[in-house]
Amino acid sequence: MAVVINLLYIIASVLFIFGIKMLGHADTARSGNRLSAVGMMIAIVATLLYGGLAWPMIIGGVLLGGAIGAIAATRVPMTGMPEMVAIFNGLGGLASLLIGVVEFVKIYTVKGGVETYLTNLAAQSGVTVPAWFAALAIALTILIGGITFTGSLVAWGKLSEKLPGQPISFPGSGILNILLLLTAIGAVVTFTIAPSGACALTTVIVLISAALVLGVLSTIPIGGGDMPVVIALLNSYSGIAAAFAGFIILNNVLVVAGCLVGASGLILTGIMCKAMNRSLGNVLFGGFGSAAGKAG
Amino acid sequence: MDLAPLLLLLFAFTLAIFLGVELISKVPSQLHTPLMSGSNAISGIAIVGALMALNVGESPVTKWIAFAALVFASVNVVGGYLVTDRMLAMFQAKNKGGKK
Repeated sequence: MAVVINLLYIIASVLFIFGIKMLGHADTARSGNRLSAVGMMIAIVATLLYGGLAWPMIIGGVLLGGAIGAIAATRVPMTGMPEMVAIFNGLGGLASLLIGVVEFVKIYTVKGGVETYLTNLAAQSGVTVPAWFAALAIALTILIGGITFTGSLVAWGKLSEKLPGQPISFPGSGILNILLLLTAIGAVVTFTIAPSGACALTTVIVLISAALVLGVLSTIPIGGGDMPVVIALLNSYSGIAAAFAGFIILNNVLVVAGCLVGASGLILTGIMCKAMNRSLGNVLFGGFGSAAGKAG
Repeated sequence: MDLAPLLLLLFAFTLAIFLGVELISKVPSQLHTPLMSGSNAISGIAIVGALMALNVGESPVTKWIAFAALVFASVNVVGGYLVTDRMLAMFQAKNKGGKK
């Protein structure tokens, strides 16, 4: 069965590639999007071929999430679409974050800690990985998923005018951001070295908190007009988060599709900046400059 | 320890990055938002990870966290594709109107 599943994953990946390619041209964009939707369907069906799944929860979850998504997507007015995309993207990041948390809880609660976890993982996936690798993948998924989640929520707030559109910054926000990033990196390193044991829970809580706050603080100094670029960048992040989640559970369609989105999203972000005659650095850090200018 | 399958995964990771970069070249500015939205729907592939985490044998705690991940990822996938399709439907209608 594993062979069939992986062949279906290859088909899904090819459909994603064609989908992204066709989305970039006016006359093929709509069929490109549908092609990539078919790819997603194939990837989901293939995953369901793995045995031992909790069917009632799977059916319930897909129906619940699918219904919410369908209602939101069909009801939103045309002008509200970019902020809708921001929310969807945020939820994708949150899903990756939670996958990281699930795998952490497995390591934390299983008897025998990370060694038993790795044995179970090898039995399920057929791939043996070093403990540090699994831990690093979990930590990075949580970090990038968390930044994507709250960053996207702020972008949504700014676009829907629930948050003030102008750049919000305060004295020392740049230093605070750097400190937060260092804390997050420190937590990633600590967890990679010691994924199970007494400190692991604290490390993960610190990591989640730092990621969530970092998402807010890195987005809030950017003006509402630049939000489309920010969403494109956060979309790239959510792809990278999905790719790292793929490294945790050793699933190749997650790695390939996540990476495609991560890389193409980054290029699209660059193109969008260029269309506005701005550099990415100017968009991301322009808010700091303008606040400093006002203060001076 | 057999690291070959892991290296294969890293190999796919690296190639996919280059492919993703190559796929996007000249995109007309009206397509920026739909392209962003469409690739956002693809990043909902995290749904596969949520599905795999929903194993029968797991503890209730991990099951419910995975369930939450599945719900959020499903919103991302279904909503993402539908909203992109709506954007592109309007885009096409506008284009045809312009040509007439």
